[in-house]
Amino acid sequence: MSETQNYAPGQHPDLAPPVMAVGPVAWVRRNLFSNWINTALTILSAALLFWMIPPLLSWFVLDAVFTGENRQACAEASGACWAVVTSRWEQLFYGLYPSTETWRINIAFVGLLLAVTPWLAPQIAFRRQLVWFSLAYPFLAFWLLAGGVGLPTVHTGQWGGFTLTLVVGVTGIVASLPIGILLALGRRSSLPVISMLCTGFIEIVRGVPLIMFLFMASNMLNLFLPQGVQFDLLMRALIAVTLFSSAYMAEVVRGGLQAIPKGQFEAAQAMGLTYWQSMRFIILPQALRTVIPGIVNSFIALFKDTSLVAIIGLFDLLNMAKAIVTDADWQGLSIEVYVFAGIVYWIVCFSMSRYSLWLESSLSGGHKEAN
Amino acid sequence: MSGASKPIAVEAPKGLAARLRDPRVRGVLFQILAAAAFAALIWFVANNAVANLQALGVSTGFDFLNQPAGFDISFSLIPFEPTDTHLRVFWVGMLNTIFVAALGIPAALILGLTMGILRLSPNWLVTRLVGTYVEMVRNVPLLLQIFFWQAVIWTLPPVRNSIAFGDAIFLNKRALYLPKPLFESGMWFVIVAAAAALVLAIILSKRQRAQRDATGAVPNRWVVPGIIILIPAAAILLTGVPWSWELPEAGRFNFSGGIQIPDTLVALWLGLVVYTGAFIAEIVRAGIQSVSKGQQEAALAIGLTPRQTMNLIILPQAVRVIIPPTTSQFLNLTKNSSLAVFIGYPDIVAVFAGTSLNQTGQAIEIIGLSMAFYLVVSLTISFFMNWYNRATALVER
Repeated sequence: MSETQNYAPGQHPDLAPPVMAVGPVAWVRRNLFSNWINTALTILSAALLFWMIPPLLSWFVLDAVFTGENRQACAEASGACWAVVTSRWEQLFYGLYPSTETWRINIAFVGLLLAVTPWLAPQIAFRRQLVWFSLAYPFLAFWLLAGGVGLPTVHTGQWGGFTLTLVVGVTGIVASLPIGILLALGRRSSLPVISMLCTGFIEIVRGVPLIMFLFMASNMLNLFLPQGVQFDLLMRALIAVTLFSSAYMAEVVRGGLQAIPKGQFEAAQAMGLTYWQSMRFIILPQALRTVIPGIVNSFIALFKDTSLVAIIGLFDLLNMAKAIVTDADWQGLSIEVYVFAGIVYWIVCFSMSRYSLWLESSLSGGHKEAN
Repeated sequence: MSGASKPIAVEAPKGLAARLRDPRVRGVLFQILAAAAFAALIWFVANNAVANLQALGVSTGFDFLNQPAGFDISFSLIPFEPTDTHLRVFWVGMLNTIFVAALGIPAALILGLTMGILRLSPNWLVTRLVGTYVEMVRNVPLLLQIFFWQAVIWTLPPVRNSIAFGDAIFLNKRALYLPKPLFESGMWFVIVAAAAALVLAIILSKRQRAQRDATGAVPNRWVVPGIIILIPAAAILLTGVPWSWELPEAGRFNFSGGIQIPDTLVALWLGLVVYTGAFIAEIVRAGIQSVSKGQQEAALAIGLTPRQTMNLIILPQAVRVIIPPTTSQFLNLTKNSSLAVFIGYPDIVAVFAGTSLNQTGQAIEIIGLSMAFYLVVSLTISFFMNWYNRATALVER
């Protein structure tokens, strides 16, 4: 026994907490080995990781080949042949756009980033000017991409790759939200004819896969138009994708409208606001705010659905990837190209979902209970 | 209130302009306009279609359904010859769509439930792994995933070096081969016995529950499962196992016998299940988290074990939140099975709205029929799920 030390009451220094209650050991015990099921799960997942990570790592990076002219460059390597991506990235991003004109796509892309900022970040400087810019942007982008008036014309048939995916995705997103809102208002309308028409449209569209609409757009649209009137392929795809996702958007918005208490409608009416005024100033701002996650989910779904335009012969990112895979120089490297295309889609969709999470938490303004 | 306030006589404004400001008049006018616009659109479209079809010389009507199709279909649940009609093509495509959906829905549900529950486990590592799966799969187009799975299947060995699981199951880059049950006549007896056992079990479990509610006595919980298992088992033994297995046999270039599941179906099925499973996992997680924490705390406080809390308190409440969105995932899976057309699995879109349409050119009829099929499937699935939803809904007093 070492010598004992005496403390006056209340003077004893605080002891460190027991090792098993705080710190890394306790964290591991609590989160990984709290009971036998947990321990088994931990061991299983650790085994899974050990089994998967080393081969994946060597395939992705360590044994991979990053440059080369054709698949012979990768003949020796056991890993991924990223040479196919590095040598064909221009097609993956710009499609068959003339390579002397790709700067126009780049400018349009920078413009897109500028045009979305005022909507994504409401507090940004020069917001008013940016909003004007983003209202003008569709026309500007169309001029840049399609040409005419001072620029060489590029036919939409030459648009492709990620550019085309963005064109279809962004147009669909921008057009389907207002159409969806109108459809949702129509469905909830007290006028039976309006509500019947909107409900019928929404339910039919939602009951049928997008491919059927793309088939319709490619096979039937021209039958329904007067002789001689032709839409080009891209336009048909845009119409099909927009109408399709506007029905889904309408259902999301309807969810928001139904969450608004009836008193809000009545109060707006009592104040003498017209229908459109009460929607514009009272109902929609609240309804849309509650369904932001749903709206962004529809955007993500739409962006993923753009990959289906391949069925009518457009070369979006995925179809371009598929075309490269069938190229004689790169045959058999489909996994590499698909993984790369998947990463591009993932980056866009994942950022959208993270942005929606951030927006949700910043808009909830303390309404959300702390969990 | 009474008598004190004199009703104010409002002079109704007169004149056409004033009438137009009346919301009711406006409503009627607006509806008439909308109906007229809709009718005009239909008339315009129909008119153009008739003119265009005449100009193209395409025949109309459903006579083409009885004409021979003239092409073969790579995978069919019912016998199909190129001399069969387009109507037969429609049936084959329809059955193939229903087949992949029927295989996909239970698998996606099981995967989604497992992943959703695992994501809420207290285990840090498991949560991260499942989270990675969900976030990876949800943010990549399904079509790309199906292509990916097909590319993976194509890295499997060729037919002559098939991966064998015993003598019964073979896997190669062309197909998956399973043993095929060949039923004998005694099978009917077994099926009838199984159905009878099921009915008996349902009646009995209802009676047991009523008895428990009335008396509080907990009934023997082995009786119902016992009936479901023992009666069909006895029937099988009585009839002397009325089926045999036809094993796939390796031939020179391909296998013969057994059930052959083509690579396209495997890729499509994998893609659909993995994709839909991730969405269902999120729905399950959100549903369980939607049950307020007080419920769990109260259940633990009255002495229920964690497992009882989950089974008796949390899950019954979560299920009500989970069912409607899960239904729409089932519908999505069915509709997404139309992506089959991209990889060559002969579903209704690929063979009927694709090949048949190209051969006959009768776009309106064929697309109309295909859309009708999808609408009927959607309505059927949502009808059953609504029925189930009502059965589990909270009974409010």
